[in-house]
Amino acid sequence: MTRPVYERPILIRHQSGMMNKFSRVQAMRPLTHIDGVSVDELVATYGSPLFAFSEKTLVSKFRELRDAFTQRYPRVRIAWSYKTNYLDGICRVFHREGAYAEVVSEFELDKALHLGVPAEQVHFNGPYKPESALEKALPGGTTIHIDHFDELALAEEVAARHGIRPEVAIRLNLSAEAVPAWSRFGFNLESGQALDAVKRLVGGDRLELKGLHCHIGTFILDEGPYREAAAKISRFANELRERFDITLSFVDLGGGFASPNTLKGQYLPGDQVAPSFSRYAEGIVEGLSELDYSPQEMPTLVLETGRALVDEAGYLIASVHANKRLADGRRAVVLDAGVNSLFTSFWYNHEIVPAQEFRGVPEPTVIYGPLCMNIDVVRDTMLFPQLKVGERVVFRNVGAYNVTQWMQFITYRPSVVLIGPDGRHGLLRRPEQLQSIISHEEMPEWL
Amino acid sequence: MDATAKLKDLAVSDTGFVFDPYSGSTFSANEAGMKILEGLKQGLSRAEIVFALEEHFEVRGDDLARDLDEFVLLLRRNQLVPADFSLS
Ligand SMILES: Cc1ncc(COP(=O)(O)O)c(C=O)c1O
Repeated sequence: MTRPVYERPILIRHQSGMMNKFSRVQAMRPLTHIDGVSVDELVATYGSPLFAFSEKTLVSKFRELRDAFTQRYPRVRIAWSYKTNYLDGICRVFHREGAYAEVVSEFELDKALHLGVPAEQVHFNGPYKPESALEKALPGGTTIHIDHFDELALAEEVAARHGIRPEVAIRLNLSAEAVPAWSRFGFNLESGQALDAVKRLVGGDRLELKGLHCHIGTFILDEGPYREAAAKISRFANELRERFDITLSFVDLGGGFASPNTLKGQYLPGDQVAPSFSRYAEGIVEGLSELDYSPQEMPTLVLETGRALVDEAGYLIASVHANKRLADGRRAVVLDAGVNSLFTSFWYNHEIVPAQEFRGVPEPTVIYGPLCMNIDVVRDTMLFPQLKVGERVVFRNVGAYNVTQWMQFITYRPSVVLIGPDGRHGLLRRPEQLQSIISHEEMPEWL
Repeated sequence: MDATAKLKDLAVSDTGFVFDPYSGSTFSANEAGMKILEGLKQGLSRAEIVFALEEHFEVRGDDLARDLDEFVLLLRRNQLVPADFSLS
């Protein structure tokens, strides 16, 4: 008779109130392959830790978003929010699907142009567009979304210098249902500031107002605020038409759709509460129905969806470096990837699954990264099966904001890999090495 | 109360369901945990329990002694053995 394979001994106290979480763990399945490519093969090729992206998922999320809106509204444009993930390869997948670019800095503008995005297919947001950025953007035909009066004046100056009349948008902030206005960006609608901005723009007679932009917030778990924002923008557009005879060519509702992640402090798992693209689309299109435009004149609806397009395509693969038992009885796992790489672990309770078959009863486990810092907790306590040193875990839904906000701190940033639809895989970004870091350092000559 | 007396009264089912009659608490143990509880009830030493685990399971480079010590820590924390209990 063969003997059972040894698993470390565990003892879990039964507690009321844990059942919900237990039942989810029982449903936990290992993730051994991503789009048919084995996690083992990826680690053998690129090392651990590594970020892996699924091209299939990128494309399918993009089409899902596009279809949800085009079924309900005739003219839809998706402008890829660069800050969410501006690796060239990721952007290219979206641009091939027809995405414009949405950038918020001169650096991001440079990146989009360098990638070959036509200047007139870029929407330029953000409170800081210095003269050098406007000098690049306006003559090229990039649409700026004006954030404040000083920018308006500067844009007029640049336009005058070049003898051009650029098409621009203004950014609005407004309160929509329970979501308070992000009042630091753009012109406030309710107070009349936005109307003042339009009067000033029309009076200056140097810029052509073609669009209204509004980003009500991020990770909005309900379509209601979008319905209200779209309705408020529509009524404002009607007013602009009446008073100034302005016909807009686009209305931009920004980003903010939730991904399947679970925010810290949110009780229900994110995959059960995030609305579908269809629900957001219904809300927005209902709000836009207040526009007094004829069907032929309806403005293009621009979306700057970030995390909801890319989160699901991204995985972080990491390896168990050590197991320990904490003084309070919880198990702790030390991984080779920490909060420096997985920045979003500050916001979310990320879903983590083993990358190989596992056995045994899950127990309360906290997951640490490799940094010698107390804050390096990549996942707060959850029920997790025991893994051995060297075994692997996969974090799901980590495609947004990590490969832009990660920090080079104490360790190197890892490889980022794209898995193609046909099982091919290749680097999107090489892993950092000592030389990547020190090549930017200088030694003052007196040292 | 001596350590083994309390352990002896602990009810352990074949499926790893553990009941502490003194507190009314219930627990789940896996197979290795059950094997250790069995050894403790019999009053075995540290080395003897490690040996019993090696006998019973297919072991691949695991540190059984360390696992055993951790498990005893868990027992202490859950007051299934006295706070000063340690294996001989
Ligand atoms: C102006 C603007 N557009 C789009 C986005 C993308 O947001 P999300 O990733 O929540 O869709 C942001 C993010 O903060 C933003 O500030």
